[in-house]
Amino acid sequence: MGNAGAATTHDTHSHGVGHYDPAAGKIGMWLFLFTEVLLFGTLFIAFAVYLQKYRFDFREASGHLDKLIGATNTGILLTSSLTMALAIAVLERSRKRLSLMLSAITILCAVAFLVIKSFEWRAKFEHDIYPKSATMLQKPVGEQMFYGLYFTMTGLHALHVIIGAVVIVFAMVLVRTGRTNAERITFLQNTGLYWHLVDLVWIFLFPLFYLIG
Amino acid sequence: MPTQGAQHRDHQIVPYGVYFKVWGALMLLTIVTVSVSYVNMKNVKVFTASLIAAVKGSLVVLYFMHIRFEQRIYAVMILVVLITYAIFIGLTFVDYWYR
Repeated sequence: MGNAGAATTHDTHSHGVGHYDPAAGKIGMWLFLFTEVLLFGTLFIAFAVYLQKYRFDFREASGHLDKLIGATNTGILLTSSLTMALAIAVLERSRKRLSLMLSAITILCAVAFLVIKSFEWRAKFEHDIYPKSATMLQKPVGEQMFYGLYFTMTGLHALHVIIGAVVIVFAMVLVRTGRTNAERITFLQNTGLYWHLVDLVWIFLFPLFYLIG
Repeated sequence: MPTQGAQHRDHQIVPYGVYFKVWGALMLLTIVTVSVSYVNMKNVKVFTASLIAAVKGSLVVLYFMHIRFEQRIYAVMILVVLITYAIFIGLTFVDYWYR
């Protein structure tokens, strides 16, 4: 090929680190986030339609979720968003160790969120409340819809929390080895964007499921 | 507001204080939305909850996700997505009400 020589020159220059284009990386991440918004968005529309169809059943079912547990988890996720934003902010100032610590705290918050969420789900299972359970099938259709959406949406959200935490681990490895640093910070920034989206989804999930009873 | 920032970077460096203030506002709004939910006000409950959530969401997008400090193109992109989503909601409800 004609450009083989040029490619070799490029490789020796970059030491295999590759081409770095922060603007493209950021736009690409946002485009991906938009698909995520529409993924959760369709579920929120389903929620809206059934909410106005089964208004009273939704209120009744919502009253059985624990507001304080939901609020605690909200506080945990908001705090994790703060530590994530700070992890990026301190790395911009080349404070690597502090950045790693803040990322680690973010992951701890993610784990705490998931532990609390799993206790919440388990309590519901113990009361025989899950899709298609015997108790569930006796409930009004609206309550069945509410819990169906509850498990689907909080489940999909929890999956995003898990993925987010794993991506933060990757980011920490890159920061630790110095491949992500103040000059090449896009990976950590995009990780942050993903994490804030997870927070953003929960900001809407929490009041709609827990606070309408 | 932060205006200084390394010119060779494609983004602005935001002072730490901004993030702490936004976090404080978000925590406060969480307490507000939970407290308000104990007040008995049947029909505006969902509306109030959504409104506070929208304010919180905007704070996250503007400050944590940096849209406030980015080039305008990002805000335009987000606006396009929100309008698309609004049309999506509108069409769904029209279909649902008049089928």
